[in-house]
Amino acid sequence: MKAEIVWMILGMGLVTYIPRMMPFVLFKGKELPPFIQGVLKNVPYATLGALIFPAIIFIQKEDIWYGVIGAVAAFIAAILGANVIVVVIGSIAVLSIYSYLM
Amino acid sequence: MVLGAMFFYFILTENLLLFILTCVSATRGGIELADLAFSKESSEFKKGLQAGISIGIGYFPIALTFGLLAKTSGLSLSETVLMSLIVFAGASQYISLSLIAYGTGIFEIILTTFIVNIRHFLMSTSLNEKVEEDHLINKLIYSFGITDETFSVVATKEGPAATGFLFGVISVSYSSWVVFSGLGHLIGANLPQTLQESMGVALYAMFIGLLVPSMKKSVKVVFLAVLGAIFNSIFTIGDLMAQGWAIVTATILSAVIIESVEVIKRNRSVRNES
Repeated sequence: MKAEIVWMILGMGLVTYIPRMMPFVLFKGKELPPFIQGVLKNVPYATLGALIFPAIIFIQKEDIWYGVIGAVAAFIAAILGANVIVVVIGSIAVLSIYSYLM
Repeated sequence: MVLGAMFFYFILTENLLLFILTCVSATRGGIELADLAFSKESSEFKKGLQAGISIGIGYFPIALTFGLLAKTSGLSLSETVLMSLIVFAGASQYISLSLIAYGTGIFEIILTTFIVNIRHFLMSTSLNEKVEEDHLINKLIYSFGITDETFSVVATKEGPAATGFLFGVISVSYSSWVVFSGLGHLIGANLPQTLQESMGVALYAMFIGLLVPSMKKSVKVVFLAVLGAIFNSIFTIGDLMAQGWAIVTATILSAVIIESVEVIKRNRSVRNES
């Protein structure tokens, strides 16, 4: 291993770990003002929206339909009440069929 | 070098074993393991392992590709595995590879990593409200494993999250990430292209699978997610800010706006009643 690369990795690890760990040190939980607590409870759902869009549309840059079909398949499966793993495997299957047909 | 190889071999066999065990026990319902598990903590751990399986599947193609790209960028096998072991953050690891190939200096690579991963601060702050009370040392350990994906799984779980549950989710995810990064470098090849492409949807499909059940229960969740998606789309497609900041800003805007609307509505109805 090159020393330079190892230092880089250690540095990357440190700056990644600090934001992950700090909130647990700074806050004990449940002591923040009610409004902030409400906002923090909203964070997961807002994050999920932002993590899904627009990235899912561009999983295949040459063919926008690819991402659209994948997203629709996943949404339909999830709305029908499928388990998360079924949603994942189902959308992989739908896209495999789609690219086989193309 | 020999040490490096031994280290890797250890990691590979240990984690691969754990991963396979996990997959087997999760798909079979893990009744045998449940018999062994006498404390609450270990059954929570097992629930976490099961909940983490989608992440394990989703990381597979991404980690494999990372290993392959790391090899073509000139990283050795041990360097590649070390990076996945120590950093454990997909997007920034990819970015570091392109920066290495571009000849960027170490300091800039580390600074970029920091900016890309700062969004985890928000995720940890949110999770901190949800996890069960425990020793700080446990929190310091599992906070290492908070990624977009592990956060999503834990945060959308119903009720408070037990420490064992977090460790379970993170074990599967971390093993998959580390093992398949190494494997990608070792075999130096991708999956067949159609499979590689279709598996690219896995993590997004998982996010959708986690989000929709809550959307069905609450209109507020629908608004939160749609608003987060719209803001992030505007920021990234309009090229207004780097990806790490776009997600953070979109999340905060959406969460604050919806909360404010709710507070205003609540106050108004209180006033109408009085």
